[in-house]
Amino acid sequence: MVNIENQTAGTPGSGRFGDLAFRWLTRLLALSIFVLITLIGLELYNGSKLSMHHFGWHFLVSSEWDPVNDVYGALPFIFGTVVSSIIALVIAVPISVATAVYLTELAPQWLRQPLVMFIELLAAIPSVILGLWGIFVMVPWLHLHLFPAMRSTLGFLPLFQGADYGPCMLAAGIIVAIMIIPIITSVSREILRSVPGLQREAAYALGATRWEVTRIAVLSYSKKGIFGAVILGLGRALGETMAVTMVIGNAPQIVASLFKPGYTLASVIANEFNEATGRIYPSALYELGLVLLGVTVVVNIFAQLLLKTFAGPSVKPQH
Amino acid sequence: MTASNHHWRQFKNLFMQGLTLVCAVLVVLPLLLVFFHLVKEGFGALNWNFFTKLPKAVGEPGGGMANAIAGTFILLGQAALVGVPVGVLGGVYLSEYGSSKLNWWLRFAADILNGVPSITWGIVVYALMVVPMRGPSALAGGVVLGLMMIPLVMRTTEEVLQLVPAGYREAAFALGIPQWKTIVQIVLRTALKGIVTGVLLALARVAGETAPLLFTAFGNLGWAHSLKEPIAALPLQIFNYAISPYDDWHRQAWAGALVLLLLVLVINVSVRFLTRDRFGKRQ
Repeated sequence: MVNIENQTAGTPGSGRFGDLAFRWLTRLLALSIFVLITLIGLELYNGSKLSMHHFGWHFLVSSEWDPVNDVYGALPFIFGTVVSSIIALVIAVPISVATAVYLTELAPQWLRQPLVMFIELLAAIPSVILGLWGIFVMVPWLHLHLFPAMRSTLGFLPLFQGADYGPCMLAAGIIVAIMIIPIITSVSREILRSVPGLQREAAYALGATRWEVTRIAVLSYSKKGIFGAVILGLGRALGETMAVTMVIGNAPQIVASLFKPGYTLASVIANEFNEATGRIYPSALYELGLVLLGVTVVVNIFAQLLLKTFAGPSVKPQH
Repeated sequence: MTASNHHWRQFKNLFMQGLTLVCAVLVVLPLLLVFFHLVKEGFGALNWNFFTKLPKAVGEPGGGMANAIAGTFILLGQAALVGVPVGVLGGVYLSEYGSSKLNWWLRFAADILNGVPSITWGIVVYALMVVPMRGPSALAGGVVLGLMMIPLVMRTTEEVLQLVPAGYREAAFALGIPQWKTIVQIVLRTALKGIVTGVLLALARVAGETAPLLFTAFGNLGWAHSLKEPIAALPLQIFNYAISPYDDWHRQAWAGALVLLLLVLVINVSVRFLTRDRFGKRQ
């Protein structure tokens, strides 16, 4: 007893010093996050000064990209990045959340562990490998089977009109969806697992079916967390470079049809940065990087604000 | 409650259960397909030369990817040295110390940093390291991968640490154990599986990253003799071969992809088994 009192109440022994040192060490390392963000912003800003000076705000709304004449505009790349990410989310979110529900609520016990393992392994597939598979397997298949089918059933929409030559916006969206599904699924699953069993039992006690329990007790309880999972997925979707570069077709154009090639901010930098000569060309690519950073940050903030709106106390009385 | 309503609810119940099952199958399908095609296309090109020889020019038989395989290991080692200590200890701060206001901003910043596209990291580290060092280097490649790991590891570490019951900490405080010892010896140890899983996910993610390496590690057809030279990496080599017009190189790309995937899967699976003993059965 005396011993304990000595250690806690008084003498500034090694524990005290250790605590202080450890606390500051971890604080400094945590604060490195701010340093990194500032550094990224600063470096991109420095790199793109020249391009900003040359083109001003017009850079963002111009769709001209002409390295020969040193004229650059970001619009087609912004368009491509946003559209491919939206396609990916439209495909990935329902599938991921449904899978997470299946894994935590509905699947027979013996199947859960293997399925989780499969999903974790899918998450481990490097993007360049999916890109390789995309070029040589998925894109030819889409071209021969899925796209003709979509054209004949959904062809009344401008989104699904016109011929395709394989690599295109829709292929990029699909490949990005495959990439973000495991992340959204596994994070959602963690969240669903954290829903207290009492929640479910209470719903069962009211005579709810299994699906109703899932919908009323589990999904609405974990809404906030699932949105968090979707954000993680979106962050990844915007950041995807290689797989997209390999299947999107790399043509800076803005067209309604998803069967046409597009280009994203990330993939134009990946393709052209090493070959960018002169002073304005690299600077324009830096500015694209800055725009990409801006789009990412804006989307993330928007998503987090959405999250806050839905937050509240997780379990609300019906109203 | 009428009978027809009851039937309708039962039908909906079964229908939704079936739908979620279909979704689960859809999720697993790409993994099986990718694996199937990798083995089908890549296995034939795998031989002793592939692991021991340097790449050769188009049309010359017998080249390999020995330098790229070694390069990937070197880059991952450097990345872990940068990313793991900063990420884990930063996560400790978020979970164990810190005012709620500062933590809110830190989490916010970490989430945004996670959304920073890998290609952006590439050009930033290009400006920070490649320009001053007058050329791409293995060092720059390792650093860029390490920096990318930091926010990932930090967030997962924090999440995992918060799952450790407060009672563990309180029990340790009640015994008069200093907080930092409590954290290191009790909290971190209890959460080890989760932390390892987080680090693993981060490593698995950066292992496949090609974009940030394009301008930093750059790739190398031979061996890198020091960390100041450009270095080959499997993902880079796969990308360069995949977008080339040569069938020979496509075969090499498939083989390289098979090796990279096996590498990542082996790390994944072995870590799962290593950490299973203590917490595997916890439900």
